[in-house]
Amino acid sequence: MRPLRVVQFTLWGAAAVGLVGLGLALSGALPIAGSGQRVVTTTTAGAPQIGGSFRLTSHAGAVVTDRDLKGKPFGVFFGFTHCPEVCPTTLFELTERMKELGPLADKITFAFVTVDPERDTREVLAEYMQAFDPRILALTGTPDEVAAVAKAYKASYRKVPTEGGGYTMDHTAIVYLMDKDGRFTSSIDYHENKDTQLTKLRRVVAGAGT
Amino acid sequence: MPSFIRPALAGAALLAATITPASSHDYKAGPLVLNHPWSRATPGSARVAAGYLKITNTGAQPDRLLGGTSPLAVRVEVHEMSTADGVMRMRPLDAGLEIKPGETVELKPGAIHLMFEQIVEPFRAKNRVPATLTFERAGPVEVLFNVEPIGASPPAGGHEGAAHDTPGRAP
Repeated sequence: MRPLRVVQFTLWGAAAVGLVGLGLALSGALPIAGSGQRVVTTTTAGAPQIGGSFRLTSHAGAVVTDRDLKGKPFGVFFGFTHCPEVCPTTLFELTERMKELGPLADKITFAFVTVDPERDTREVLAEYMQAFDPRILALTGTPDEVAAVAKAYKASYRKVPTEGGGYTMDHTAIVYLMDKDGRFTSSIDYHENKDTQLTKLRRVVAGAGT
Repeated sequence: MPSFIRPALAGAALLAATITPASSHDYKAGPLVLNHPWSRATPGSARVAAGYLKITNTGAQPDRLLGGTSPLAVRVEVHEMSTADGVMRMRPLDAGLEIKPGETVELKPGAIHLMFEQIVEPFRAKNRVPATLTFERAGPVEVLFNVEPIGASPPAGGHEGAAHDTPGRAP
């Protein structure tokens, strides 16, 4: 075997291990709120089954389904507005990346799905999103609708009581990057630097088959 | 017991001072040095905000940051954020945050931070937020948190791993 092939095999192996690892990480030990059940994914080939159909309501009041997002690549991010850091920072970073992508930013849709529909009403989201790129959709729904989209994306969230009768939410904090057919391609992590994020975004946008 | 190095600043801060220190600002409370408390602006309907600073213990006894109060929040608690397998978790540090003798502890994005809960109005960039931090030994210390823009990076020397491209606005 020539060295190049070894490198290729190693990379594909690493990619496969990475995807399986991600699949397990996103599904294995993560109870879906409300159901108490654990989702176990056994990945035999290719990417884990991340993504699927959903029906939610945007901060502008429109019904948004997975079919509305398909046709262009899209990014899905779970969070909540009572989130001191990861959520506003991620939305801020997406806003900045969209500026840096320039016209390419119109070729991808970003959706911020709240895992706290109890507090994150359409009105709360509408005010919150004024701080970010107006093209980013904020989505809420009934508890069942939110549970369904989180389950489809193997995202976890959990209500954690705090002092004073309040609560905070543990939640999956990656940005899922989906192709125009709604298939999972990669993810952006909160800790990644700007260039890595841009590279991933350009890659998923380029795959749009424009 | 408590020694207030910058009295009367909290009152002034309620007027939302438009002049912020040129660089970092320090406070002393006994053997503790509190370096550059800062926060980030919050989106319109947000009800929480985070606070960050460095604390150095120059004394011979350990101390603990237990929490605090602020006229702009119902509660100020010490929280720890962690990310594992892509899942963000946040927990109050019920026993507070220990600062050992000779040690510097940095509260920063992605890690231990102060959580301003149920804020009564949005934190706006360039404003300053008054707070009283409570230490087990040093007692209450009044400080001002400089509010930087959403997504601002920690001051030089801080490491967050995100938003490095957006330095905090230095007026």
